Amino acid sequence: MKKIIKYSLLDILRNRIILAYTLLLALVSISLFLLEDNPAKAIMSLLNISLLIVPLVSSIFCTIYLYNSAEFIELLVAQPIKRSRLLWGVYLGMITALLVALLLGIGLPLLILHPASTSLHLFLISCALTVVFASLATLSAVLTRDKAKGIGLSLLLWFYFTFIFDGLVLLVLFQLADYPLDTAMIGMSMLNPIDMARIGMLLQLDISAMMGLTGALFQDFFGTGAGLLLITFVMLIWMAFPILLAVRRFKNKDL
Amino acid sequence: MIRQLYILVLLIAATVQGNATIHLVKAGESIQAAIKKASAGDMIKVYPGTYREKGILIDKQLVLIGIDFPVLDGEKKYEILTITADHVVIEGFEIIRSGYSSMDELAAVRIKEANYVGVRKNRLRDNFFGIYCQHARYALISDNHITSNGTSELEAGNGIHAWKSDHLVIQNNFISGHRDGIYFEFVTESTITNNQSHKNIRYGLHFMFSHQDIYTQNTFSENGAGVAVMYSRQVTMFHNKFLDNWGSAAYGILLKDISDSKAAFNEFARNTAAIYMEGSSRLSIYANRFVQNGYGIRIQASCDNNTISKNNFIANSFDIATNGSLVLNSFDENYWDKYEGYDLDKDGVGDIPYRPLSLFALIVERNNSAMMLFRSPMVGLLERAEKIMPGITPEKLKDSKPQMKPLPL
Repeated sequence: MKKIIKYSLLDILRNRIILAYTLLLALVSISLFLLEDNPAKAIMSLLNISLLIVPLVSSIFCTIYLYNSAEFIELLVAQPIKRSRLLWGVYLGMITALLVALLLGIGLPLLILHPASTSLHLFLISCALTVVFASLATLSAVLTRDKAKGIGLSLLLWFYFTFIFDGLVLLVLFQLADYPLDTAMIGMSMLNPIDMARIGMLLQLDISAMMGLTGALFQDFFGTGAGLLLITFVMLIWMAFPILLAVRRFKNKDL
Repeated sequence: MIRQLYILVLLIAATVQGNATIHLVKAGESIQAAIKKASAGDMIKVYPGTYREKGILIDKQLVLIGIDFPVLDGEKKYEILTITADHVVIEGFEIIRSGYSSMDELAAVRIKEANYVGVRKNRLRDNFFGIYCQHARYALISDNHITSNGTSELEAGNGIHAWKSDHLVIQNNFISGHRDGIYFEFVTESTITNNQSHKNIRYGLHFMFSHQDIYTQNTFSENGAGVAVMYSRQVTMFHNKFLDNWGSAAYGILLKDISDSKAAFNEFARNTAAIYMEGSSRLSIYANRFVQNGYGIRIQASCDNNTISKNNFIANSFDIATNGSLVLNSFDENYWDKYEGYDLDKDGVGDIPYRPLSLFALIVERNNSAMMLFRSPMVGLLERAEKIMPGITPEKLKDSKPQMKPLPL
């Protein structure tokens, strides 16, 4: 498995797209901090950008990469290697490459320009989202044979989690406005990794004071050690579930 | 009026010095004994030292002057100074550790049914209530440094507390660590000028049923809940600073049931909500600066006939929030940094109206749980759509003459 990881990692790192991604992230984070004299606001803007771009790039890139290396995967399947190890290897190679890009593009500029706990938080959240969307992308690539369909599916997932889900939440909120939904919102937020990442980050910033009762409830729930553990746990489920499902499907897939 | 009062108090001091005896109190002697010996119009000078006297009662016209801040210690048991006579001046003392009681409001200095009293240039530390005016008229409270280290609302008293008084002048004081910095209840025709109220547990300034008061050039910062002005008429608020009142229930200023008042030339910076208005009518809010607040103005639908004009709104998360669709207030001629219109005729006024109420602010006012979607890309998208074609936000809530450039404030 190590060899596969090494191979796909090196293959991706040589890729121009990942280089462009790293540069884009670095450019955005550096220019935000240089333009904005209030670091808290810069962090806020960077959060907005990383909530949009990081999942998008991670899901598109992974799906395309998996389809492009379909021949390589088929070749390896013919070798005496377990299929699960093969997919794990490619997957781990992909996320390592993306995390390296993130480290250089967001982590390093943050460390130099604004070394604070909120920066670390932002970096960790971006990492978690990268892994979650790489898993989802792998799943959609394994589920469909057609390249266009697979990319469409992973785009749709990204679109769902970024826009549609929040729209649905708004709809539910107004349909059930007569019921106390404040605690239910905590459960709702766990159904969307992007929402969880956003709320987790907002609670770290002093802007959370604006969030009123709901904010206070979230703070009460997620602010404690147990809450933080729960966030981590739910995020881990979001990372693990799609890839485990993908590996299961891949084992019996007719290539 | 302030000046007249000031001169009056100074005059009293001057006349006393002119033709009365001066009594000296040295460390170890009793101030109360000196007061007993003195006759009305005398002056008592107190030398440095610590005086523990279980409550001093000043019941005749006297001037008490401390030399190099003699310490009056209440040992956490007694009220320290009680003034019941007119024309008394207290100056230059360090008054510490008044008693604490949950039954009586024990204070460091109490002015009780007395007129023309001056409390100046004292240092008050670690007291329950600081200066307590009860049926006081024409009192001057100035240049005092009042601090305490209260931790909860129950265990702390107010810095300057005034009840059923009128014509007070409160100026140049610094108040910190009390429950409310300055507390007014049934106090009329008074002036609060150039005070600093900082890090108090509840409000920096708290008004209740106090009409025709003026407060100017004060700074209220980092108080638990900002400033509250309630159930009052004809209040004038000019040139004050409301800074850093940040917390889930904090306001720069809370206006509840206020009418016929003015707020102008104030600075509101970094508050959760700079102004929160409820049940208020006929206010003019003009020439203020709203900078980096969570909400600029939260104006409930119960407010009517208020004029909000010629203010600068810069870098607030939400400029205006309201909970209803009925708009009875006007928002003209302000500068909004979020305005995206144009000015073809170059008269400095934008050609298309600005709608300061964002869709999300409206959604949150109607349904608080929606705050979960704060800063979500979905919300950004909705707001864009609403900006282009307003459908949900009230049609009338708009600034038809938005300024293109910030007003020079």
